[in-house]
Amino acid sequence: MKLTPTPKRIAVGLLAAALPLSMAACTKGGSSSSGGAGGELTMWTHNAGNKAELAAIQQIVTDYNASQSKYKVKVQAFPQDSYNQSVVAAAASKKLPCILDIDGPNVPNWAWAGYLAPLEGLDDTLSKYLPTVLGKYDNKTYSYGYYDVALVMVTRKTILDKYGIRVPTVEQPWTKDEFTAALKKLKASGDFQNPLDIATSFTGEWWPYAYSPMLQSFGGDLVNRDGYKTADGALNGPKAVEWAKWFRGLVTDGLVPLKSGADPAKDFINGKSAILYNGTWTAVDTRKAFGKDTLFLPPPDLGNGPKIGGGSWQWGISQNCSDQAGALDYMKFAAQDKYVASVARDTNNIPATDAAAAQVKGYEKGGENQVFLDYAKKFAVLRPVTPGYPFIATEFTKTAQDILNGADPKQALDQAVKDIDANQKSNGYFQ
Amino acid sequence: MTTITSAESASATRRGRAARRGDKPGSTRTPVKGSRSSTTTALLMLAPAGVLLITFLLVPIGLTFGLAFTNARLISPRPAEFIGVDNFVRLFEDDTFWASLRNTVIFAAIIVPVQSACALGLALLVNVKMRGVNFFRTIYFLPVVTSMVVVSMLWLFMYQKNGLINQVLLKFGIEGPDWLGDPKTALLAIILMSAWQAMGFHMVIWLSGLQTIPGDLYEAAELDGAGTWEKFRYVTWPGLRATRTFILITITISAFALFTQVNIMTQGGPLDSTSTVVLMAVRTGFQQQQTGYASAISLVFFVLVLAVTLVNRRLTRDKDA
Amino acid sequence: MSTATAPGLGADHLAHVADSTATTPRGTTDGRHGIRKPLALVGRLVLCLVFGLPLLFMFVSSFKPDLQIFGDLGSWKAFLPVGDVSLDNYTGVFGRVPFAQFMTNSVVITVVTVVLGVVVNSMAAFALARIKFRGSGLVLGLILATLIVPFETLALPLLWWVNKLPFLGPDGLTEGWLDTYQVQIIPFIANAFSIFLFYQYFDSIPKELDEAAKVDGAGWFRIYRSIVMPLSGPAIATVAILTFLPTWNQYLWPLMSVQSEELRPVMVGIDYFKQLNTSWGQIMAYASMITAPVLVLFIAFQRSFINSIASSGVKG
Repeated sequence: MKLTPTPKRIAVGLLAAALPLSMAACTKGGSSSSGGAGGELTMWTHNAGNKAELAAIQQIVTDYNASQSKYKVKVQAFPQDSYNQSVVAAAASKKLPCILDIDGPNVPNWAWAGYLAPLEGLDDTLSKYLPTVLGKYDNKTYSYGYYDVALVMVTRKTILDKYGIRVPTVEQPWTKDEFTAALKKLKASGDFQNPLDIATSFTGEWWPYAYSPMLQSFGGDLVNRDGYKTADGALNGPKAVEWAKWFRGLVTDGLVPLKSGADPAKDFINGKSAILYNGTWTAVDTRKAFGKDTLFLPPPDLGNGPKIGGGSWQWGISQNCSDQAGALDYMKFAAQDKYVASVARDTNNIPATDAAAAQVKGYEKGGENQVFLDYAKKFAVLRPVTPGYPFIATEFTKTAQDILNGADPKQALDQAVKDIDANQKSNGYFQ
Repeated sequence: MTTITSAESASATRRGRAARRGDKPGSTRTPVKGSRSSTTTALLMLAPAGVLLITFLLVPIGLTFGLAFTNARLISPRPAEFIGVDNFVRLFEDDTFWASLRNTVIFAAIIVPVQSACALGLALLVNVKMRGVNFFRTIYFLPVVTSMVVVSMLWLFMYQKNGLINQVLLKFGIEGPDWLGDPKTALLAIILMSAWQAMGFHMVIWLSGLQTIPGDLYEAAELDGAGTWEKFRYVTWPGLRATRTFILITITISAFALFTQVNIMTQGGPLDSTSTVVLMAVRTGFQQQQTGYASAISLVFFVLVLAVTLVNRRLTRDKDA
Repeated sequence: MSTATAPGLGADHLAHVADSTATTPRGTTDGRHGIRKPLALVGRLVLCLVFGLPLLFMFVSSFKPDLQIFGDLGSWKAFLPVGDVSLDNYTGVFGRVPFAQFMTNSVVITVVTVVLGVVVNSMAAFALARIKFRGSGLVLGLILATLIVPFETLALPLLWWVNKLPFLGPDGLTEGWLDTYQVQIIPFIANAFSIFLFYQYFDSIPKELDEAAKVDGAGWFRIYRSIVMPLSGPAIATVAILTFLPTWNQYLWPLMSVQSEELRPVMVGIDYFKQLNTSWGQIMAYASMITAPVLVLFIAFQRSFINSIASSGVKG
């Protein structure tokens, strides 16, 4: 820094010196998040911590870049914990990448806020996809995913047989009483530290994804889906309160640990837990451990039929992408069945199309994974399709955590309703 | 440190250059006497810091006041609207807010006396001339230079049900609780680790206070037959008056700003038992994007900290008088 | 972090600055106002364990696989690098995050913030301490009053605000500072506490020096640069260190304002390890890697560090 002696000059000089310093520093990273200049399309994914899925996505990008010379897609992976926050902050500064992945239920919010552009000209291709893997808002499709995930009760046939518990089926799932009786029997045996592990150690979207279906199975819901004006009655009505009491009861009766271990699947494999409530992604490890003895059962019917969450990570393109045509071109290329198959296979999830399912081992007719597809088709409920969803999700997570820890059910649910209603109202009901 | 040496050498070259320039006729030759030109110089030297402080401190403070009365959101296609005191009405009806306020006050009320007293104890322990005392000072100070993010991750692991702390307690026949998972112990756990992290900082400040007390005061006290306690009570304690005020104020302000530990270790749970006002502001403002509501929380927080600081000042001033 | 906050001190405390140069924590000659007994030695050693063991545990665990970390918890082995010791966790860290990039970013951000912080704040303090002008007391009071505002509560309005600021960069005039280096540097250069520390120090330097220099024909800026600053080594070190620690440790702000990996600092990298498949060994390895540089600096410049903190307090 060169400073001349007069104070006036030094002030000017200092500011002048400060600017280039920081500019020189920022040129290096500046290009990474720009939209689609010079045929380069930036792509963001939440997979920094998930090697298998990242590699599968990377493969599609490599194929695409080799297939043509006009565009070049560049992948940038983020840690999942702060991915949504990164996207929100990038949207605020109009620095979203051209292509990005989105957790399904957030699509309406991101579409409403203007981050996402609708996927045009893909209707034919996407008509073959499972409805739960498509992100829609206001009659337009904004995203598609390669897979869906089903929630299952994982256990072993030998365990159920030993304690005389019926093996439930899609047609005849456990009833609430049957389920409770089974858990109590497992507890009474003293053979297991946890009769049931519902993976409460998972964070973020897992809570609404995994536990709001239980609320829905009781007959409650996160919000009234008719116009999404209020959560009153749905989230704090008698059915919801009943759910909350049951949910807390699992802990007080010692059927479910208040806090699961860091890796619930490991605890199940080690015999600590008799039944594990988890996503189908656990199938690989559990099968490796128990082979044909492993059972993937439908969740219990708590009154209103078994329910599981629908919709997982999906892909879309951003509104501020300077090369929409290029981004759409990639999206079309990447929607091929073979990629649906490869991503679903590498992530051990349910392929989004039937054609892809036929290519993935286990999902062919009569395959061992066919049952997952059945669950996804029969029991899946989308999380509320409103731009208010991200807020509803954080409220529900906090409320469910409080309830599990012993908060007064009615009071906790009333507070959640109050907050959700205030948020919907302050946004003019997202009209 | 490199930064220091470079600053020193830079000033050395500047000195040389100034000496050369001094020979030339010019503005620098005229002695600065007139108060007007002095004022101009002063303002110019203040300008860079002034501009930066206004832009990045005063403007955001002003924005907080403005946004608190709107329904502004971080990103929204809808423009922000003035909604009067709606945010405050909602805030005062929110149980989480009262829980956060309560936790913040409890945290401050416990950590201020405990941490300052323990830090004074540490300072007294290492305020001796003996071989290796520097080693102890260094060890006690290590957590201070370790980032709160790292410390939080480390303690998160140690506080687990079967974690290091409970395993150590088990050696003494104590079955430890699920520290962060139990609403009864979670805040206590946060208090302990926070005190652990910052204690070395205040130890050093006490230490510097202790060393300004003239040694002959102790000699005089000894001649009068004072024991260890009397010496502490009548020489050390009065001698630390200014240090006490400083420590009280710094610990109080940082206690009210409690955020990082909680955000990483418990996110405010279980049952809001570790939620704090700042955590709530960041959560509603950033995760939930309700900028207006978060600003209202911040505003209430400003008022609170201001009030506590004023009370603090008044109390210590009265004592000093 | 505690080092970032500071007292709202009034004029009565500024009166104590006269001896603020005497900052070296010298051991007292006789140790009579310290505690010196065998019992005290035991106390010191026990406290060493309390403060040192968790960090030792972190370093040691970074060389072990998860299974062994958990297995060793019940014995002294938790603090010893024994058993299945390897660098696997470190290899894993490099596979998971662009560590060199994060490190470079942190170093650039920290060094620039510290250097500019020393220059800008010392100039402001000089104006307030040495050049008396109408309203200088008021300005100082205002600056000190801002010390009670914790950064976390300003982060959201600031985020909203920097996103609207223009910036003259290599691409011409651009709008919005998000996702840049400057958003991590410029808001943190001017610092009320640094100004206060410099003020305290400058005020203690005899004013006669200024008078003599003026007789020699020096202007205010030359007095600042050739007389006051060269005498202020300890104050510069204090401000540099007290700027260095919080800047290096920044977490919330870069998490909110910077998305590109090419620009993110090391602390944010910890998020990459808080995933579903948590590996505590890797977390410990990463934590060790981002702590080690600070610890090395601290141990090398231990005396400066401790003196800095000490001189930030007020003498009685």
